[in-house]
Amino acid sequence: MSSTSSLEVEKKKSPASERVTGSEAVLKCLLEENVEVIFGYPGGAIMPIYDALYSYTDKLNHILTRHEQGAVHAAQGFARVTGKTGVCFATSGPGATNLITGIADAQIDSTPLVCITGQVFSHLLGTDAFQETDVVGISMPVTKWNYQVTRPEEIPYAIAKGFYIANSGRPGPVLIDITKDAQLKEFDYSYEKCEKIRSYHPYPILDEKSISDAADLINKAQKPLMLVGQGVLIAEAQKELIAFAEKAGIPMASTLMGLSAVPNNHPLYVGYLGMHGNYGPNVKTNECDVLIAVGMRFDDRVTGNLDKYAKQAKVIHIEIDPAEIDKNVKADVAVNADAKEALQSLIKVTKENQHKSWLKEFRDCDEIEFEKIIKTATNPTSGGILMTEVMKKISDKTKGKAILVTDVGQHQMVASRYYAFDDTKSNVTSGGLGTMGFCLPAAMGAKMGQPEKQVIAVIGDGGFQMTIQELGTIFQSQIGVKILILNNNFLGMVRQWQELFHDKRYSFTELTNPNFQLISQGYGIPSQKIEERADLDAALDQWLNSDGPQLLEVVVEKEENVFPMVPAGASVSDIRLG
Amino acid sequence: MSNSINNIHGDKVRDFTLSVLTEDRAGLLNQITIIFTRRKINIDSLNVSTTEVPGVSRFTIVIQSVSKDQVEKVVKQIRKLVDVLGAFVYEDDDVYYQEIALYKVPTDVFLNGNKIETLVRNSGARILVIEKDHIIIEKTGHKSDTHDLYDKLMPHGLLEFVRSGRIAVSKSKRKTEAFIQQLEEAKSNRLSIKDF
Repeated sequence: MSSTSSLEVEKKKSPASERVTGSEAVLKCLLEENVEVIFGYPGGAIMPIYDALYSYTDKLNHILTRHEQGAVHAAQGFARVTGKTGVCFATSGPGATNLITGIADAQIDSTPLVCITGQVFSHLLGTDAFQETDVVGISMPVTKWNYQVTRPEEIPYAIAKGFYIANSGRPGPVLIDITKDAQLKEFDYSYEKCEKIRSYHPYPILDEKSISDAADLINKAQKPLMLVGQGVLIAEAQKELIAFAEKAGIPMASTLMGLSAVPNNHPLYVGYLGMHGNYGPNVKTNECDVLIAVGMRFDDRVTGNLDKYAKQAKVIHIEIDPAEIDKNVKADVAVNADAKEALQSLIKVTKENQHKSWLKEFRDCDEIEFEKIIKTATNPTSGGILMTEVMKKISDKTKGKAILVTDVGQHQMVASRYYAFDDTKSNVTSGGLGTMGFCLPAAMGAKMGQPEKQVIAVIGDGGFQMTIQELGTIFQSQIGVKILILNNNFLGMVRQWQELFHDKRYSFTELTNPNFQLISQGYGIPSQKIEERADLDAALDQWLNSDGPQLLEVVVEKEENVFPMVPAGASVSDIRLG
Repeated sequence: MSNSINNIHGDKVRDFTLSVLTEDRAGLLNQITIIFTRRKINIDSLNVSTTEVPGVSRFTIVIQSVSKDQVEKVVKQIRKLVDVLGAFVYEDDDVYYQEIALYKVPTDVFLNGNKIETLVRNSGARILVIEKDHIIIEKTGHKSDTHDLYDKLMPHGLLEFVRSGRIAVSKSKRKTEAFIQQLEEAKSNRLSIKDF
C-alpha cells in the first residue's frame, strides 16, 4: 500500500481515532478480533508489545510457553478445537525462526493462525543487526500471507487483513512482522474489520451444473464411497454430510485429518483411510464405482500409488481450494465450493437410496481385520503391554468424548485407529507435516480452547522429548491435560520401517530414556509409571479422573508393529494385514 | 534457444507465457518465483511492468520444458497468492510477444567494409549509439530472431549481449481494467472459477 493512500484513510477516520502506541494498537486490534488467549515468548524486539500487555492482562490471557515452537503448536491446538484463529507472539531472529515448524504445520493442515513477531528497528533492516532475520522471506513458502509493518499506521490494516485471510476460505497461517519503532511510535488509532480484498476471493460461487453432474453420478451409483476430510470440520458441515450420506445410503470413510467429523459408531461410518487405516475403506476404494471426496486433498498417505488408485471409479471432488482440484487425482466432476454449501445443494438433488450389500462388503472386511489384527491387538494375554490395548481402553473409558491430541509415529496411527471418536472437532494431530513434538504444546492449546473437555495427549517417548520443556508451561499455568507416554524406548515408526524394509538394521532408533517420572516430579506434575498389564485399568482410571495435569507412562512392547499397512509405493488395495 | 528446440527427452519444447496481474507490492516477485522453485521449474524469462491500471503490476513469465498439466497446477498455485489478481496461461499462438536485445560491438568492425552495416540493415536491427570504441545495436523480435543476429555478430567480436524478458499481450479482447473492475464488483468475497 502506498503511503499516500494510507494517509488518506487516516484522515477520513480521524474523528473516531485515539492516540496510542503501535504496541497498544496491536492489543486493541486483537481485542477487536475477539482474541482471548495468546501463546508467546518475549524478547528484545517484541518488548514494547509485552510492555503494553502488562496493562491488558485482565482482557487478554497470555500463556508463557518455554519455547516459541511450543507457542505456535499451542495456538494450533487452540485453533483446531475451537475453529477460531490461534494467536502467538515471538521476538525477532531466533524467536521468529523457532515458529517456522509450527507455521509450516499449520499451512499444510489448513489451521488458522496469526503469528506476530517483533523485528529490529526499521533503520536496521538488512544490516545483520542483533537478532535480525528476514522472517518474512523465511516464512513466505509456509504462510498463507505475511506482511512486514514498519509504521504504526499500518498495524490496524495489517492485523485486520491478517485475521480475515487466516480464517476464511481454506484457512492457514499468517505472519505479521512489526519493527520495534513501529511498536514504539504513537499514531491515531482506529480499527476497521477487513471483509473484502479485491485480489482474494476465498469462497467460490457454487456451480449448480457441477452439483447436478455429481447428483447424476451418485443417483446411478451402485457402490458409492465417500471420503471425509478436514474440510468438513472447517466448514462445519458435519450435519449436512451425515444427512446426505444417510439419504443416499453412502458409506463414509475418514482421512486422518477428517477424524471426528463423523461419530465412529455411525452405521454408515466404515473407518479410517490410508497407510495405516482400516482394511475395508482402503480395499474398497479400488472397488467403488463413484468416489465422493469431500474437503480432502488426496495426500499420498491416503492414496498410496496414484497410478493404481480408484482407476475404476468416477471421482467427485468437493473442495474449496481450486489448486487442490486435479492436483493428485483427476476429478470427473469437480465441485469447487465450501463443503457445507455443496452438501446442502447436493442433498436436494440426490435420491433416497440404500446400498445394503455394498455396505455389508465393508462389514465383511471389518470382520477380517478384526480376526487378523484387532482381536489380539486389543486383548492380548501375554507379552508386554501393547499400544493398541491402551488406546482401546482409553476409548472405552472416555466413550470417545475426550479430545485426543496425538504426536507423530506409531502411537499416532494406533490412537487414530483405536480411539472411537464421538465428539466433533476432537482430533488434534499433525497430519501433513508429521511434526514430532507437536502433541504436548498442542494439547495445552486444546485445553485452553475447550477447558470443560477432557484433553488427552498421547505421545511417544521420542516426540515427548522434542518439546518436553512445555511441562514447564503446563505447570506454571496449571493446564489440566492428561499426558500419556507410550514408551517403547524406540522411535517406533522408523524402527518398523527398518524392520520391514531395511533388514532390521535399527540405525539410530533405539533410545536410552530418562526417568520421566522424575522429570514430571521436577515440574510438579503428578505421575505414574506402569509396566504390567494387570495395573493398566486402575492406572488409567486414576489418571483420567485426576484433577489438573497428570502424566502416565506406560511401558509398552518394544517391537510392536502397526498393521494394516499400505507399504510406500503400493496400491491401497495391496494393504498388508501383517 | 529457438522455439523448435527439443528437450532432453527429445520432446518438442513448448513455450508457455504466464501473465500474472498483481497488486503493486514488495515481496510478490519472491512469492511467485518460489512456486516454480518448489517444483524445480526453470524460469526462462521474467518481466515485471506496470499496466494501464494504476497500482496493478503485470508479471510476464516464460517457462519451457514442462507439460501443460504442470503449468496448470503452477498457475492455480499462483492464483492462490493473496495479492495476485489473476493469472493466465498462453501458448505462443495466443499472444503477440516481443523481446528486445542489445549488442555491443567494437566500432572498428564497421570500418572494415560494409558487411556489418548490411547485416544490421537486413536483420531489421538499428544502431542505437555510436561511440569511439564501440557501437550498440538494438533488435526487437522473437528469441529466434535476436539469437540469429547474435550468431551473425559473434564472429566479428561481440563485446556484450543482453536480451530482455518476453513481454506479451493476449489476442483476447479482454481489458485489464474490466477484469479488475469485475474483481472489485464480485459479490462480497466470492468468485466463480470460470471468471479466470
